Amino acid sequence: MAMDEGILTRSESSGWEEAEAVKGKETLQSDERRATDFVMGLDIGSATSKCVVLRLDGAIIGKAVVAGGVGTEGAEQAKSLALQDAGILSDAAPMRVAATGYGRHLATDADGRFSELSCHALGALRLFPEARTVIDIGGQDSKVLRVSERGTLESFAMNDKCAAGTGRFLEEIARALNIPVGEMAELAASSGKCLDISSTCVVFAESEVVSHLARGASRADVLGGIFRSIAARVGALAQRAGICPMVVMTGGVAMNAGVREALADELGMEISVSPLSQHAGALGAALRALAQT
Amino acid sequence: MGFSGDSDSNAKAQADAGAMVGANTSAIDGANDDVTTKPAKVVLREIVDAVYEQAWDAKKRGEPVGWSSSKFPAEIAEALGLAVVYPENQAAAVAAKHGGRRLCEYAEALGYSNDICAYARISLAVSDGAPAEERPVPPPDFLLCCNNICNCMTKWYENIARRHDIPLIMIDVPYNNTVDIPASRVAYVSAQFEAAIKKLETLFGRVWDPARFAEVCANANRTASAWLRACGYCAMKPSPLSGFDLFNHMADVVTARCKPETSRALEQLADEYEQAVKEGVSTWRRDETWRIMFEGIPCWPELQALLRPLKEHGANTVAVVYAPAFGFQYGDMDGMIRAYCRAPNSVCIEAGTEWRAALCRENSVDGILVHYNRSCKPWSGYMLEMERRWRKELGIPVVGFDGDQADPRNFAEEQYRTRVEGLVELMRANSVTRENGAPL
Repeated sequence: MAMDEGILTRSESSGWEEAEAVKGKETLQSDERRATDFVMGLDIGSATSKCVVLRLDGAIIGKAVVAGGVGTEGAEQAKSLALQDAGILSDAAPMRVAATGYGRHLATDADGRFSELSCHALGALRLFPEARTVIDIGGQDSKVLRVSERGTLESFAMNDKCAAGTGRFLEEIARALNIPVGEMAELAASSGKCLDISSTCVVFAESEVVSHLARGASRADVLGGIFRSIAARVGALAQRAGICPMVVMTGGVAMNAGVREALADELGMEISVSPLSQHAGALGAALRALAQT
Repeated sequence: MGFSGDSDSNAKAQADAGAMVGANTSAIDGANDDVTTKPAKVVLREIVDAVYEQAWDAKKRGEPVGWSSSKFPAEIAEALGLAVVYPENQAAAVAAKHGGRRLCEYAEALGYSNDICAYARISLAVSDGAPAEERPVPPPDFLLCCNNICNCMTKWYENIARRHDIPLIMIDVPYNNTVDIPASRVAYVSAQFEAAIKKLETLFGRVWDPARFAEVCANANRTASAWLRACGYCAMKPSPLSGFDLFNHMADVVTARCKPETSRALEQLADEYEQAVKEGVSTWRRDETWRIMFEGIPCWPELQALLRPLKEHGANTVAVVYAPAFGFQYGDMDGMIRAYCRAPNSVCIEAGTEWRAALCRENSVDGILVHYNRSCKPWSGYMLEMERRWRKELGIPVVGFDGDQADPRNFAEEQYRTRVEGLVELMRANSVTRENGAPL
């Protein structure tokens, strides 16, 4: 069951829109917010930067995601946009900042740095208190986390050094097919049949894509195969970690309905997502920051 | 004799491992005197250097020099007075000095796949004449290969034998699919020991001396005893050493286990650890908040990167199966053969799992860090199932990372760091859960 600050499963989107409206009204009056009124969580990933702003009572009042991760201006942009989203003056300083993601060590203003494992687990549990399995597919890593009923991280499994089954894989394929990443799922929805594409290597998979296209396959069918390929890869990872419902998906790839559906089919169980799924790591970091205030 | 206060071999692991390849002129003959004046780690380093120096001297005298796999029965060559060097040790030293990538790429240009062991690629490159100033070795005149350590070894040595047109003495130790070593297996390997001795006698005009063999075996047993005693201090809380120290000192057990000076130096090392316990000091100059087992061969080119997050989180490595695996003792010929039948890659999964589980119990390990070693697929291959069994039987977290023992291209520091942090978080959660059941 989703909580109340803009969280939804696939069947609860109206709740999200309502929560957004409530938050919008609130933030219109928040220009005078004091610096000590909020904390910030920052997730600097390999491809994107995410930021979540929490009020001291734990309410989510601002969020942002921007393209550009480690080594870019993305983190600063995400912070600025999240403050703007929260209706907080851009020069207001948060009470505490916690950073996660591959670029966490570059966040010089962070008061604490935490691995994305515990941050995604915390963020997912905040979004879905009944979550027991968290699947996070980010730009560079895919990981499956098992969390206990008490909210402890029990175990995890992560991809090996290969980029297969990660967001980078999707980006490469989108480039090969010359379509925006955000339009992949919609295009794949018209697929008539799923092609068989390797799940072992991005480079091999891209070669296979070219071969399929050369034989006249449609881009939709190729994409269907790609989503199945990712699902097979991540599904094997999930089997290693052990799957227990409720299964929640976080990370940027969670927003891709094609991968989500393919993974649900692969696991044979429902997968819950939230519009904040991509922000789960930043949310977890913000919760860490809040816990330290 | 006092404990070496400046050892700090964890902080200087990379430098120490690299220093093993330095041109040290100290002769083994002097080692006996040195043990009372030099720290054991210095004496041990000099002993390894001397093994290679002696091989070069033998080559200059026109005597044959052999290349040997690490767990070929070293007692045979030692008893026959044959100079031998160890390509695995050489490859590790080259890799620790950051020469691994250069030689791996050299071998790949010869046509060898980058999927095969990086030790093999480095050695094949060296055998083709590629410079390896990090640890130079004389060209081989004969090869001693035992596949108890891995089967890639067989083709690796066959390639070198063909390239140099030199004899290859092969001892085949089949994979043990039972915990016990059956008598038929002992007989099969025993016959090969005898054949190897006869062949070396014939090739190089040496005469087998049973009394000398007994003396060499006694030395090897004494070395093993001292080595296991030194390894055993990891069980102390806090530990007076890090398992990474043992990785460094393993070079002696691989290359010089039949030499009395090695026995003495390892006894000195164990004495130093004992003294360190009394004084409450350790080569691990950090908090020992967590005690972990490091499973597998270390990434020699990345020792500093391996240690960095462990230091930050106070996670001391107090168990490494790779080190005590070379501390095997025996009472007779049958026992010796059984000892050589037991190597990490030649025992069944039940034996391998319990081997490590016992180490974790004895050394009070909080979590296990598994190196999925691209160079060692037999070893890494059964780790997934071992992981599952350890979690169930030991109730501690197990986390794996991708890497390579000698090819730095197969290791990503940030990915490793994330996994170490995950392990620490799991150990903390496990600890908190045990104590009061509090959540994250």
